[in-house]
Amino acid sequence: MNALIQSWRMLRREWRAGELRVLAAALVIAVGSMTSVGFFTDRIHRGMSQQAAELLAADLVIRSSAPIAADRAAQAEALGLASAELMTFPSVVLAAGRTQLVEVKAAGPGYPLRGRLRVASEPYGADGQAEDLPAPGEVWVDARALTGLELDVGAEIQLGAARLRIAKVLSYEPDRGGGMFDIAPRLLMRLDDVAGTELLGPGSRVRLALLLAGAPAALAEYRGWLTPRLTAGESLQDVRDARPELRVALTRAERFLGLAALVSVVLAGVAVASGARRYAARHLDVSAVLRCLGITQGALMRWYLLQMLWLGIAASLAGAALGFVAQEGLVRLMAGLLFVNLPPPSALPVLAGVLVGLITLLGFGLPPLMRLKDVPPARVLRRDLGVLPPRAITLYGAAVAAMAVLLLWQVSDIKLAGLALAGATGAVAVLLAAAWLLVRGLGRLRGRVGVAWRYGLANIARRAQSSVVQVLAFGLGIMVLLLLSIVRGDLLGAWQRGLPADAPNQFVVNVQPQQVAAMREFFAGRGVREARLHPMVRGRLVAINDRPVDVSDYEDDRAQRLARREFNLSWAAGMQEDNRIVAGRFWDESQFGRPVVSVEQGLADTLGLKLDDRLRFHVADRDIELTITSLRTVEWDSFRANFFVLAPPGVLEDFPATFITSFYLPAGERPLLGALVREFPNVTLIDVDAIMTKVRTIMDRVNLSVQYVFVFTLLAGLVVLYAAIQASRDERLYEGALLRTLGASRAQLWQGLAAEFLALGLLAGLLAALAASVTGFVLARQVFDLDYSFNPWVFAWGLGGGALGVGLFGLWGTRAVVRRPPLATLREI
Amino acid sequence: MPEHYTTPRVAAQNLTKRVPSPEGELTILEDVTLSIAAGEAVAVVGASGSGKSTLLGLLAGLDAPNEGRVLLDGVDLAGLDEDGRARLRAGRVGFVFQSFQLLPSLTALENVLLPLELAGVADAAARAREEIARVGLEARRGHYPNQLSGGEQQRVAIARAFAARPKILFADEPTGNLDQATGERVIELLFALNREHDATLVLVTHDEALARRCGRRLRLDAGRLAAAGAGAAGRAAP
Repeated sequence: MNALIQSWRMLRREWRAGELRVLAAALVIAVGSMTSVGFFTDRIHRGMSQQAAELLAADLVIRSSAPIAADRAAQAEALGLASAELMTFPSVVLAAGRTQLVEVKAAGPGYPLRGRLRVASEPYGADGQAEDLPAPGEVWVDARALTGLELDVGAEIQLGAARLRIAKVLSYEPDRGGGMFDIAPRLLMRLDDVAGTELLGPGSRVRLALLLAGAPAALAEYRGWLTPRLTAGESLQDVRDARPELRVALTRAERFLGLAALVSVVLAGVAVASGARRYAARHLDVSAVLRCLGITQGALMRWYLLQMLWLGIAASLAGAALGFVAQEGLVRLMAGLLFVNLPPPSALPVLAGVLVGLITLLGFGLPPLMRLKDVPPARVLRRDLGVLPPRAITLYGAAVAAMAVLLLWQVSDIKLAGLALAGATGAVAVLLAAAWLLVRGLGRLRGRVGVAWRYGLANIARRAQSSVVQVLAFGLGIMVLLLLSIVRGDLLGAWQRGLPADAPNQFVVNVQPQQVAAMREFFAGRGVREARLHPMVRGRLVAINDRPVDVSDYEDDRAQRLARREFNLSWAAGMQEDNRIVAGRFWDESQFGRPVVSVEQGLADTLGLKLDDRLRFHVADRDIELTITSLRTVEWDSFRANFFVLAPPGVLEDFPATFITSFYLPAGERPLLGALVREFPNVTLIDVDAIMTKVRTIMDRVNLSVQYVFVFTLLAGLVVLYAAIQASRDERLYEGALLRTLGASRAQLWQGLAAEFLALGLLAGLLAALAASVTGFVLARQVFDLDYSFNPWVFAWGLGGGALGVGLFGLWGTRAVVRRPPLATLREI
Repeated sequence: MPEHYTTPRVAAQNLTKRVPSPEGELTILEDVTLSIAAGEAVAVVGASGSGKSTLLGLLAGLDAPNEGRVLLDGVDLAGLDEDGRARLRAGRVGFVFQSFQLLPSLTALENVLLPLELAGVADAAARAREEIARVGLEARRGHYPNQLSGGEQQRVAIARAFAARPKILFADEPTGNLDQATGERVIELLFALNREHDATLVLVTHDEALARRCGRRLRLDAGRLAAAGAGAAGRAAP
């Protein structure tokens, strides 16, 4: 107890004397960056679990793509469970010549069984709980749909063949959860109004659901009754697995943001290491005096450890406070993509933050401090008696161990953590080498510049090791920001340029066979090119080479999904120009009518299919077996309608089919969509332009939030610089005083320092720009298969930002060198 | 003869200290034997490099000899490890150094408080204030070492040395970094407090005038004890 109080007192004294600022600042940044992400994800998780039942709007939900058998509802009624029917499908709304893609939700009486709908009388106006569903002939739409159509409440809209009135603005649906993946705005209507729209024919993309709620015992009994009766297309969901896709996406986002935050932690660790080294050096005399005063080695160690523990806890709490403030920014950036009302975060991230702080402090700071116990007490008599610096293995070993612990914690996956550690070590090694070459190269310039620059460059060269670390720290921060802003924009631009100008931007699905001829005529009459109609038959893959397909046979997520869902099978006489055969041969006329298929290579890889495999599909109520005779690649980003599984003509014609087409609609010709919907009210129009806009908005938001997290990286870089300035402070003060004594003016000292920090900043910016450009190039060529041209702005921003940021901060950090009267310095040293 | 004169406070037998150097092993102290009684004031004098500070370090247990042994307050240091020696120093031994050795991050008062807190003294704060008042620095107790003059820093160091009521005080060139007038005032204070606390004083100096104020002088010459001489009085000079 006594030791605890003593160490706390000592810490406060040391703090007042300004000895601990670097360590504290580094810890605050590290913990701040981790907890901002921690608080943010904690809020989302809490939001999800608090609203779990609401996320389903029920206790139990049966989902299906085919009509749900009547006995499901009957059994629920028999058990005393409340039930409600739900139907969702995409469609296009037409009003005053404008079109808007919407996600229609048609609800039967009783919906929602859990939670309440909320409505307002004007977009973004004050909302209240809705007591019922929309009245017959009326719909509720969300504010985005109204904005898109430029309509007000009370206006009429056309949905398929029906005219409906917008009665209210829908502001909240319990089972919508976060809108993260909702592409189109919502339209809510009564289930019994759907028939009037004539939108739903066979093969329509409708998702049906039966919502159930009631007493736990009845629910359990119902579950027991239903489970053995579930058909292949049906699935059962309860609150435990509400929004699984959201959970997966969140886990990924959490990992990614966590890893981004970890970059700041590692940089802060570098600052901690530097701060601890300086602290240890400045405490050699203190330790010797303390030993003289009779303190034992163990007590001395406890004394320092406890002080560090206090510092760690105090700075971590401050960091957690910073993180708390910062997460609010993160929430604002992601607003609209997440839950409407996030609950406040729990205190758990604070605990996690303190742990991060302590691990960082101990891992990076402890080795130099541990050596203090070995200071010989005789140092009080002979200053030259020192202590050996910690061995490199201890120093780096502890740091790497700390990093490994933090990584493992973040990603909770040994393999991934190992890969990340190896990747990060490799990248840092390459960047370190580059930084070292840059610093070395700078030394050669010294002979060719004026006196102030010579002095500045000499400083960088003399403290080469520290300079390299600073260049690396800043380089890393600037590089990430360049990558996320300029390089990302360039990649997107390159991709867009790579697309043909007339790539299809509209898809029409759900065209019935009897409408094919009329639709061809419709497009031909309006001069729309390339509106080829492809037939589409939906079938489930039930066996491969007579072996029944079992979802659990596949480990891969995508394979499981593919094995579970229905495939769109199509037929064609020839191959589209964006397809290429990679194995086997495409059919010719002689093979028409033979039971063969051509399979997309990616699908074949995922499901482990090869040439000559026999695939049995269940289509409508029949099975058909088809043999793979070719594998092909497909350019999916051509935006043409394409199929995983393609058969020759004469094989699938007997099965019920719908048709799909895609076409390019120039910007000014949107009225054509209205005409299309009027003439063919049942077809579903998918506006790729609108989807792309939405996807880009999501990407921009996510991108902004990642950039936001990397601001902490830059802050950590500043702390590294500050630590380096602190480490060389006494030396700089002495040199400054000496130069002043020798007749240097203040202006000359300023110029020298400015030269040093400008040069450091330029080097960091150069390194960042080089690394960002190379990364962009590799990403473009290897990952996205794009043409990438180097953007000079990457260098302009990198060099400019680096020089300005590092230059100003460096001058600020060393202002004492110029301001302090030389005598004061010389007397003190 | 009073009782406490019978067992020496500090005793050394055949002390030898060698250190490695580029030219082979260098002998700094050779076969030094001495005995200092409780309450005595002894000056160790000699030229620069004669081994004065090394002897002081060995006597105080800050360093270990290659040969010979040291008895501090009746305890054989050879039987103690570094931590054991530290425990022995705590509370029994005080130090005053040429370079003051104040902790730069602590105020004058906190520097004096430190050994008391380490020893777990109950009324540490009051006693520290008392000691700082005795050396006449009450008004400056909130100042940091770098805000104090050399003489003031040494007075803080003296207050710190006596705060824990040591039985033995080791002083290494206590005036070495001070001008003559300041040095004299500091020495007055050192001897006055030493009398007040009835401590044994071992003082290393090359200042003959200062040495003469001690009861006894031990002269070191190239690591060997040359001769002993009496000071102005049997104990510390007034």
